[in-house]
Amino acid sequence: MKRLFSNGLSLGLVLLALLAVDAVRAQTHAAPAATQKNTVVAFQAPDESAMPDGDYGRAVKLGEQIFLHTQLHAGAYVGNNLNCASCHLDAGRKANASPFAAAYVVYPAYRSKNGHVNTFAERLQECFRYSMNGKMPAPGDPVLVALESYAAWLAKGAPVGGEIAGRGFPKLAKPALPADYLRGSQVYLQSCALCHGANGEGQLSDGKMAFPALWGKQSFNWGAGMHSVDNAAGFIKANMPLALGNSLTDQQAWDVALFVDSHERPQDPRFTGSAEQTRLKYHDSPYSMYGTVLNGHVLGAQP
Amino acid sequence: MGFGWSLPQRRPTPHWMRIAAGGAALLLSSMSLAQQVDLGQTVAMNGTAAGVAACVACHGMKGEGDMVGGFPRIAGLSRSYLEAQLNAYAHGQRQSFLMTTPARLLTPQERSAVAAYFSRLPPYLPPQPIAIDESAQPSDVGPWLANRGRWNQNLPACAQCHGATGLGVGAAFPALTGQAASYIALQLHQWQEGKRPSGPMGLMSLVAGKLSDNDIAAVAAYYGGPDSGIQQTVAGVRK
Repeated sequence: MKRLFSNGLSLGLVLLALLAVDAVRAQTHAAPAATQKNTVVAFQAPDESAMPDGDYGRAVKLGEQIFLHTQLHAGAYVGNNLNCASCHLDAGRKANASPFAAAYVVYPAYRSKNGHVNTFAERLQECFRYSMNGKMPAPGDPVLVALESYAAWLAKGAPVGGEIAGRGFPKLAKPALPADYLRGSQVYLQSCALCHGANGEGQLSDGKMAFPALWGKQSFNWGAGMHSVDNAAGFIKANMPLALGNSLTDQQAWDVALFVDSHERPQDPRFTGSAEQTRLKYHDSPYSMYGTVLNGHVLGAQP
Repeated sequence: MGFGWSLPQRRPTPHWMRIAAGGAALLLSSMSLAQQVDLGQTVAMNGTAAGVAACVACHGMKGEGDMVGGFPRIAGLSRSYLEAQLNAYAHGQRQSFLMTTPARLLTPQERSAVAAYFSRLPPYLPPQPIAIDESAQPSDVGPWLANRGRWNQNLPACAQCHGATGLGVGAAFPALTGQAASYIALQLHQWQEGKRPSGPMGLMSLVAGKLSDNDIAAVAAYYGGPDSGIQQTVAGVRK
């Protein structure tokens, strides 16, 4: 025990960590636990050249372009400078980078994050609210229609309700050593700062985001899935540094994910007025650093 | 069951990156930046007594390069990038028929100073900036590789590191727009052949290794523009 939490975390946090369950991951399907496991199927999204014409084709194309240039095509709903494709690499096609088609086929689904069955469109709304730190498009908004059309087209021929290989981010085994902020800071400087900047601020080119901000005002907010260290570790391991996926060890991925996710970022829009309460209500997970104490500062309680 | 973590409760000594702490920087520390830029300008415009020709003779009076001759534009590229290139030429890690000798004849201080001078010139911008073509297909090899990459080979798009319009990102990722297609193609071939240092994290050797000759010609033409005679020049350079 002592070794696990060697750097002076409060007893309260230790208890939180022990009591918490992984509440962040979407609980898709109400299948009886551990009995019926879907067979994982390989799936390849159609080639770009097969994109249809007509009104539907135009919606699909718009969805793709929203994905790639989110600020440009859906700016009203975006509060940072990220694109969908910042995390969903290759315009949402890349396995282990939350491919769009694999998500599309598992909705509607129950999600513990909001405690009810979500349609795919509602899931998309949440991306704007949290990951894009923006506003949710209203149901039926052309932005949602286009994104859903793009997803449906990418998923053409995929098994409805199927578990597609590479869905979401890979789930890494627990690290051999507890994830460590200082080790993570070293990994960050060595492997991440070149592109994302020494202060996680990302970099611009010609006034537009080139490398996304990993924390701070232009990044995803505290409600986003990527703020959860396990999600970030899986994404980083499989995909970072760009073009050098799987070059970090699992331990390095955990350490640097902890480092990145232990920085201040835009407030969770569900903030209750107190970081402590907000943590209890929405971030009661050992993988969330929200509401924890770093250098005497409570993360999530911005100055 | 708990996922352990450890956060420091006292601020650690930061280990910030040291950007350009070479020997030249130490030697130059007695000169102000303005003095260094002046020295760089003298070298750029007049060459040196050791026999280095004026840089501007090939790279243009404003460092804008020469699209026809395939001389790269160097104006507005970062000082650290330019200095690293000159040092790589001088030490034989980057090979060039034209650049090896002058780079060796420059002192480390002069290399640093001339890099400072050109980095402060306004970047050359092509008359027609690159517009992102949203209708590009995978069969449009140049625009597709530039903007989408080829992820089934784990090949990122050029634009992901060099900017959506190819104007470069920060100090480490130079602009592609405004460079001659023949120059871009030659660099990619040199990375394939180990004749140029592989760049930060080995990225450019890795990326170039996934490109065919046809890919290289297409992507060079995309950034270098249609008028740069890429096919002939590439063939000429390679034979």
